Amino acid sequence: MSVERDSGATGGHAWATLASLGVVLALWWGVTASGLIAPLFLPGPGEVLVRLLDLAQHGFVGASLLQHTGASLARVGLAMLFAVITAVPVGMAMGLYPKVNAALDPLIEFYRPVPPLAYLPLMVIWFGIGETTKILLIFLAIFAPLAIATASGVRRVDPNRIRAAQSLGASRDQIAWLVIFPSALPDILTGLRIALGVGWSTLVAAELVAATRGLGFMVQSASQMLVTDVVVAGILVIALIALAIELVLRWVERRFAGWAGQG
Amino acid sequence: MARLSVENVSVTYGGKRGPVKALADVSVEVASGEIVVALGASGCGKSTLLGLMAGFLKPTAGAVQVDGVPIAGPGTDRAVVFQDDALMPWLSAEDNVAFGLQMRGFKQAERRAAAREMLAQVGLEGFAGHAIHEMSGGMRQRVGLARALAVKPDFLLMDEPLGALDELTRERMQMLILNLWQRSGKGIFLITHSIEEALFMASELVLLSPRPGRIVQRYQTGFARRFIAGEPVRAIKADPQFVAMREELANAILASEENEVTHVG
Repeated sequence: MSVERDSGATGGHAWATLASLGVVLALWWGVTASGLIAPLFLPGPGEVLVRLLDLAQHGFVGASLLQHTGASLARVGLAMLFAVITAVPVGMAMGLYPKVNAALDPLIEFYRPVPPLAYLPLMVIWFGIGETTKILLIFLAIFAPLAIATASGVRRVDPNRIRAAQSLGASRDQIAWLVIFPSALPDILTGLRIALGVGWSTLVAAELVAATRGLGFMVQSASQMLVTDVVVAGILVIALIALAIELVLRWVERRFAGWAGQG
Repeated sequence: MARLSVENVSVTYGGKRGPVKALADVSVEVASGEIVVALGASGCGKSTLLGLMAGFLKPTAGAVQVDGVPIAGPGTDRAVVFQDDALMPWLSAEDNVAFGLQMRGFKQAERRAAAREMLAQVGLEGFAGHAIHEMSGGMRQRVGLARALAVKPDFLLMDEPLGALDELTRERMQMLILNLWQRSGKGIFLITHSIEEALFMASELVLLSPRPGRIVQRYQTGFARRFIAGEPVRAIKADPQFVAMREELANAILASEENEVTHVG
């Protein structure tokens, strides 16, 4: 392994990925088809697939699968938008000015380790069970890691790069946005990738508690009605979307910060 | 004709174990058409001296002036070339060279034309669209040089620009810099810890000694001008006069370090 280059699941080791997926699928099919586990506890892969198609066509608890998915994605998307607009400038200021850092770092570090579900009840009391609460919750989950990643990226900028820009006549603002920001971009995008992972899981959890639509709500309702195949189908969709978000952000990293880590 | 002068400058840093004197009473002058080389071991304050000239830091005592006017900070009249290239790796070679012009609001077409011309001057025609990570260390230094030249400075300040290059690339870059120096008539201040490089490239050579950084010797040398006049580089470096001076410098450096040891001991 030390000599082999780590090429991930897409390189020459795709067979290993496929094999492990195949084994899990076969086990799943085996224990359900043989009747070892009752469908109430774990429906077979075939049933889940059929249910997935049915969900796409007819929906569940008053909304189609697309509507549930759309509701969840819209929340994450809005929260991410607000977080990027606020956390990146805040992180830049924290990285550039020790005073700003001294003022904000304790606040961020105070709430960051608290699990979002712990302060969700408080937010429900303050903002109700509407969209505000859920978007705010996910915003807070994304904000802290993104601001911290931005600040540390800013601090790691090569001082000579800033000096070079100064002696080439760059103003303070130009240095901030044309030198420091692009230098920190790889760190910012890594922070965003991690933050969105946290954000997605937080959102789905939030929808278990307070929602009328969304993937988390769909899974929770199905569980209360003991419709296990919808639960499993919902979990699969949630996982696939998390994977898709991860892949999109990796592509963004390669596209916009591909220079980092290359000679 | 411009004149960059450092007059009786001292720099003291506040260190953990009390103040550290990085430079003590140093005076250097770089005029247009001159190439002043600062030679010295690490810790002798060479980079501090360059930082003063560039305006990155201020002297504790003394004055840094351009044509008699104290400098207020970094400026495009004094472009800097760094050892670690300090390029913007997300920009192409051309956009790196055009960076200074972009900062000053030149239009894209003008920037592009100027950048291509500068790249041609440093022997990188055809590399305009290359990404920085696709280039070797020597090519990156050429891009750094072209970037500095693009803002049309009066002075080029070079902080060990060839320190990280292999021997052959290094000599080619020395010749390139001397040719640019001759063509542009700019004043150049160059830092190096290579005795041979200092001797070959200087019109004036100042020898610095560490703790505190100070100038211990000044030499007027003619090897750079002999190269410009057409003498081959190998012949110059093999000249008995060159070899003798190289030995003299090596001894001078050694002597200043022995002095330091007896001081400390």
